[in-house]
Amino acid sequence: MSGWRLPEGGAIDRSRRLSFTFDGRPLTGHPGDTIASALLANGVRIVARSFKYHRPRGLFAAGVEEPNALVDVTRDGRTAPNLRATCEPLVEGLAVAAVNAAPDAGGDRQAWIDRFSRFLPAGFYYKTFMWPGWELFEPRIRAMAGLGRLDPDHRPPGTAPQIDAACDLLVVGAGPAGLAAARAAAARGERVLLLDDQPEPGGSLRWLGGTIGGADWHDWVQDTLERVAAAGGRYLAWTTAYGIYDHGLVCAWRRLGEAPDQLWRIRPQVSVLAAGAIERPLTFPDNDRPGVMLAEAALRYLRVWAVAPGRRAVVATNNDTAYRTAAALAEAGVAVEILDIRSDSPAMATCDLPVHRGRLPEGVVGRGGVTAVRAGGRELAADALLVSGGWTPSVHLWRHAGGRVRFAEELAAFVPDGAVNGLRVAGAANGRFGLAAALADGHTAAAGAGPAPQPELPDPAYAFEPAWPRPDAEGRQWIDLQNDVTLKDVALAAREGFRSVEHLKRYTTLGMATDQGKTSNMAGLAAMAELSGRSIPEVGTTTFRPPFVPVPLSILGGRRRGQFFNPLRRLQLEPEHRAADAAFREYGGWLRPAWYARSDDPGAGPTAVAAEARAARQAVGLFDGSPLGKIEVIGPDAAKLLDFVLYNRVSTLEVGRIRYVLMLSESGVVFDDGVVARLAEDRFVFSCSSGHVPAVRLRLEEWRQDRFDPARVFVHDATSHWATLTATGPRARALVEVALPQAAPALAELAHMTLAESAWEDVPLRIARVSFTGDRSYELSVPQSAAGRLWARLCAGLEGHGGRRIGLEALLTLRAEKGFVVVGKDTDGLTLPQDLGMEGPLRKRNDEFVGRRSLMLPDAQRDDRRQLVGLQVPDGAPPLPTGAHAVTGQGPQRRSIGYVTSSYDSPALGRPIALGLIERGRARLGERVRLLHLGAGLEATLCAPAFFDPQGARIDA
Amino acid sequence: MQLFPCPFCGPRPETEFHYGGEAGKVRPEPAEAVSETAWADYLHAQANPKGVSREVWVHLACGEFFVLSRHTVTHEILGAEAMPGREA
Ligand SMILES: [Zn+2]
Repeated sequence: MSGWRLPEGGAIDRSRRLSFTFDGRPLTGHPGDTIASALLANGVRIVARSFKYHRPRGLFAAGVEEPNALVDVTRDGRTAPNLRATCEPLVEGLAVAAVNAAPDAGGDRQAWIDRFSRFLPAGFYYKTFMWPGWELFEPRIRAMAGLGRLDPDHRPPGTAPQIDAACDLLVVGAGPAGLAAARAAAARGERVLLLDDQPEPGGSLRWLGGTIGGADWHDWVQDTLERVAAAGGRYLAWTTAYGIYDHGLVCAWRRLGEAPDQLWRIRPQVSVLAAGAIERPLTFPDNDRPGVMLAEAALRYLRVWAVAPGRRAVVATNNDTAYRTAAALAEAGVAVEILDIRSDSPAMATCDLPVHRGRLPEGVVGRGGVTAVRAGGRELAADALLVSGGWTPSVHLWRHAGGRVRFAEELAAFVPDGAVNGLRVAGAANGRFGLAAALADGHTAAAGAGPAPQPELPDPAYAFEPAWPRPDAEGRQWIDLQNDVTLKDVALAAREGFRSVEHLKRYTTLGMATDQGKTSNMAGLAAMAELSGRSIPEVGTTTFRPPFVPVPLSILGGRRRGQFFNPLRRLQLEPEHRAADAAFREYGGWLRPAWYARSDDPGAGPTAVAAEARAARQAVGLFDGSPLGKIEVIGPDAAKLLDFVLYNRVSTLEVGRIRYVLMLSESGVVFDDGVVARLAEDRFVFSCSSGHVPAVRLRLEEWRQDRFDPARVFVHDATSHWATLTATGPRARALVEVALPQAAPALAELAHMTLAESAWEDVPLRIARVSFTGDRSYELSVPQSAAGRLWARLCAGLEGHGGRRIGLEALLTLRAEKGFVVVGKDTDGLTLPQDLGMEGPLRKRNDEFVGRRSLMLPDAQRDDRRQLVGLQVPDGAPPLPTGAHAVTGQGPQRRSIGYVTSSYDSPALGRPIALGLIERGRARLGERVRLLHLGAGLEATLCAPAFFDPQGARIDA
Repeated sequence: MQLFPCPFCGPRPETEFHYGGEAGKVRPEPAEAVSETAWADYLHAQANPKGVSREVWVHLACGEFFVLSRHTVTHEILGAEAMPGREA
């Protein structure tokens, strides 16, 4: 084909010229062009190489169904892969590149593959490269096949808005059927949302034209849009409804060009699907050659963009719709001949072009493009072959919503059948072809009052006669252009028993990839029906799943990218920590200081952690514990609720005292730990792990509402209200006393595991003596607004006491030295309280609590459970890797008896320490165990988990 | 995306909700009097009906647990009610 631009006509702005490149070649087009129409106008014939065989391919369609013309498009340094050239507007400065071709589509060096095509049938790769291993061949094969290239540096230029919308009537498709539906609903005052995937409204009116209600179609379309707007509705251009989901949710992708694309989530009362129909190809040898194009696509190029596909065209058809293409091309000066499978038809009867009756193409001459068409033993010279195999209604969205289809014999197509609540289908999508039929059907679908809009002329007959693939024909006949599936592949699938339509799809890849078989599925079904001696409805259709077209991930992600992809909670004092050279890491969803170091050297972190841990043991460490949970449980039944939800009783706690508690699941598994302080008879605060606050609150809330009188107990998460700054170490008290002289008397009386509520300056202050390090510690909680002041005050005295700010890594080291667990790290989904050495409450309590029955099960009572222990490495050995498994037995008898859960280098002890969950661990203290990690053997001795100060003498030191 | 009706807030997208469990399950207790089988049933046995299912859900936005009736095949929502004794 050598396409050319007509001297006039088309909806393009000829006064302006746009420059672009295709595979490096400079070309021009006009505003209003798509990349496809501009390529065609420039006479470019080969726009792509096929997926598997690297066959040259040309433009086949003009819309979303295009299977061949996938391109990588670079603009302003950003490349978007695999765009359909037919759906991309031409913009100044685009660099367009064919995919799957090197160096370019015209001269692809992998084209030799096609000569070996008979050795590459369906399933070939899987069958042939099984031995010695597919993974050895895969990289090379993938490099040869595959489509566009992803630019790893690609970032969407802006965040895609995600918009929720509601309407009385949603209309998908602003062609005649959709417009008639929208007009009918607007007439009774309904709010209509009208979507169309094209930049301009009108659908097929844009290339078929017509007069409606006595007005030119342009005026009728404008009038309809004005009526929709006047009734409070809206028309969204260039917006594709790509899926229908649960409860009638319709998702649409809206494009704006310069501004970021948008995702629309629409909740309509009623939806009318007027998505039109897609033309089918004809199947004959070499039907994939550049120059073979759908007949109506050629008409669309001609009318919308004033581009003709060639100078001599053969139109091949099995129905009357292709005659309008033939007539229009002839009028534009193209020499046209027609091949028609039928012997007679209304259009044929009035056609004054040469018609070869009872004939379809038997082959194509020309490798890089059509030079002639074989038919009836002759070769008809042609540079374009325009084919129509009839029309397939676009039932995709109807099927997404669970709608059924039936096979309409007169159309040889699947059409909607039955009903779906709130959903109607109209026009060509409903199998009603023709302008008058579409207008009437759209009007009816929207329950329009009065007569439907009428065109000037009655609809011509469709006059269709099926023309299905003929397995007996010689040569390679393409069924699926995008996936390079031929009729032979379908025959092979049938022979090898892959006859179910879903097996056919998976075995041959027919109907997969970006076009999802929009032009190929019917031919594939018909071929399988023929080959397996069944009817098309017996073969059935594959499942239609969203999206209807490929949609950019950027609209699905929306704001969830960059720091919003997984937003971290941030500390009030983050600026202060940054000013003190904190290195930040994520801990349980919070961004917290891991350590403080001026240098970014890899060695700086461990050095800082060791120095911080040492300072905390020798003098005082100051850390920001603000994320610590602070869930208040309030009311006369507060103690009852907590007693039930916690493993440890808190109703026996005196006011002002604090208790360490576990929270279990009903399976008895440790869900969280923390401390509960009793602020008053009817008021507790539960300091659970910082990462578990939302889940703990929800569990408390669930039992509160399910089991207790919600009027007598209330759960309030005050975590974000309080900043908690903790001083720990032998000089912690001195530091706090100097910083907060008013608090000194309270501090003097404060015993371990007690709490005092006091005030500091103008804010309330809670001082709790709780220790996660084993050393004397003071948790000072003030409202967040006072956090900066308090932190500054404490920091001011820090150096004088030989103390340091400490990050989470030092804190985690200090707690491990004491054998204190982090739930979820030193426990897993099987860990029961007794595995941590906490049998007390189970033995002593005889009231109900969550998980109690589970702790009595035989499995919970086994003596070979995995228990928390310490692990000590031989002198001079490095720290154990976390996750290393302790093993017993040899060869096939070898099995894991547990694993290392935490491992650190302990500055206080001057050697590595580790915690682990080991089978019968507590009974085996002193035993040596073998460990295995990534193939390496290690060893360790089991010991009690508390490595440092096991008597707890330092807590009051 | 399904729309669930919170009895307190009205229809909201399903992502605002968490599943709580099968409605009508009674926690067997006291533990001493509960057989292992009965406890295992309570913990693990789900009716998982094909058809109408009554389930406890929580609306995370308002924190209220409630009973939702829905069809597990069609995803149709058949109703929502506050927990017994709770006013919507
Ligand atoms: Zn709610």
